[in-house]
Amino acid sequence: MATATAGRRSTYPYWFLIPGGLIFTVFFLVPSVMAFYFSLTRWTLFDQEFIGLDNYVQFFREPALASGLTHTLIYALVTSGLKVVLGMALAILLTGPIIGRGFMRSVAFFPVLVSTIGVGLTFQVLMHPTKGIINQALAVIGIDGPAWLVDPSWALLSVALVDVWQGVGLATVIYMAGILTIPGEYFEAAKMDGASAWHRFRHVTLPLAKPATISVIILSLIGGLRKFDLIWAMTKGGPGFTSDVMASVVYKQYQAGFYGLSTAGNVVLFLLVILIVLPLFWLVNRKEES
Amino acid sequence: MNRSRIPLSGFAIVLFAVVFLVPFAFILLTAAKTQSESALLDFSWPTQWAFVQNLQAVIEARDYLLIIAFINSTILTVVSVAVVVVLAAMAAFVLQRRKSRWTGALNLIVLSGLVIPPAVVPTIWVLQKTQLFKTMPGLILVEIAYAMAFCVLLFQAFIASVPRELDEAATIDGAGPVSLFFRVVFPLLRPIIVTVVVVQSVFIWNDFASPLYFLPGDENATVQLTLFTFQGQYNNAYNLLFMDVLLVTIPPLILFAIFQRQIVSGMVSGSVKG
Repeated sequence: MATATAGRRSTYPYWFLIPGGLIFTVFFLVPSVMAFYFSLTRWTLFDQEFIGLDNYVQFFREPALASGLTHTLIYALVTSGLKVVLGMALAILLTGPIIGRGFMRSVAFFPVLVSTIGVGLTFQVLMHPTKGIINQALAVIGIDGPAWLVDPSWALLSVALVDVWQGVGLATVIYMAGILTIPGEYFEAAKMDGASAWHRFRHVTLPLAKPATISVIILSLIGGLRKFDLIWAMTKGGPGFTSDVMASVVYKQYQAGFYGLSTAGNVVLFLLVILIVLPLFWLVNRKEES
Repeated sequence: MNRSRIPLSGFAIVLFAVVFLVPFAFILLTAAKTQSESALLDFSWPTQWAFVQNLQAVIEARDYLLIIAFINSTILTVVSVAVVVVLAAMAAFVLQRRKSRWTGALNLIVLSGLVIPPAVVPTIWVLQKTQLFKTMPGLILVEIAYAMAFCVLLFQAFIASVPRELDEAATIDGAGPVSLFFRVVFPLLRPIIVTVVVVQSVFIWNDFASPLYFLPGDENATVQLTLFTFQGQYNNAYNLLFMDVLLVTIPPLILFAIFQRQIVSGMVSGSVKG
């Protein structure tokens, strides 16, 4: 009996967790925990000094830094909102009676895999205020396009739109997977009862695709809140600080040598993500239990 | 029904092509233009093809930096993915099979790896303390750490579908845990290994922020960093910039062409689990 338990225990030895767990701990968990301490220090390449909450005070006092927080929230909400709406619309289109479904799914999904820096540089050119093809195309149909990335009131939104262009393919395939699990009889029964296309969407597709919606929201919020590469490639936070987000503030302060301040920005971002994403996870788990 | 779906399909196909393919066509056409023509930034057929010259110029630029960057990115991607696949599969195997009062806490830690934005400057501090800052092994370890959570979750879900009876049969035949895992279980994970390898390869190949922070310096450039530095270097040489974009996009395109199904399923299940 004793040997049986011993044998059973060693079938799944805990040391299997150690190599992966060690790398994960040293290079991810330890820095995440140490960030809380370092954010309370004045920390340069050469020395560090404990200064309490000064970095946080400075962060929220300086408009150039604090506005990064607002921009991050706007960016995350706009991108995830648009990905939900457009992803669902495209998924309904692509699960409906239509020809060329495979082709359309492929072309919509491919940008997900392309280098974000490459996408950013490309759209920087496409969004050129006068010569860019987006404004040239808008001019053809009589619309005077905005100056996109160089207009302070459009810059953040412009980057968010490119983010949606790049990421909507993933939202679409998540929704397609969700919609395809809805039994076809539901739609037929609703049709038989005389429900219009809108009613079938409102009362069958929308509620039953809810898990997909939650996935898309969580995924794009996590991605949107920490976005760095696209913004850095397109505007570097400019013009001025109008498209600076938390991740670009963290990088700029690091570059300037303010390591403590940079890390405080990181901690603020960390808390923001937890504050927003945790309730969503809780919502999902409560659903699964009931 | 049949009649009405043709115009709708045609409209949808044109719309998708314009929205999603025109930017790629633009990259391709601009990469083939002469410098003066590319500076017009318009979407047009090149009047004079300079594709081969541009290719040559981009490769030769700055002492063949692009070649070095391709080699660096390939090493980074191949080594990180190979290591993370084995270590994540081992960890997922034990996490899935062995339930204890630690299971909940361990799963929460794994999940935190998906959600928490990495603390960059403290990571540099760790790399400095371990003498790994600005080294390729250091960057590889960081990429492994960042990829770990996603991989463990995908493996765990898959291992749940591998029957336990197999483990027991192998154990009765005298297999120890190492040979049970590597000879019996690991080969059965092939479908999910393909998915994890392809998805993570694309992620790491495209990663910009980690090399920027942890492996700065030209001699260590990865392809994503060359894109960024080329932009500053070639003000107005849009033909060369887009040739670089084109070259950097080709590896993911090849993977997508071969493994589309695995990539899509991997990213869908990864996001639903997360």
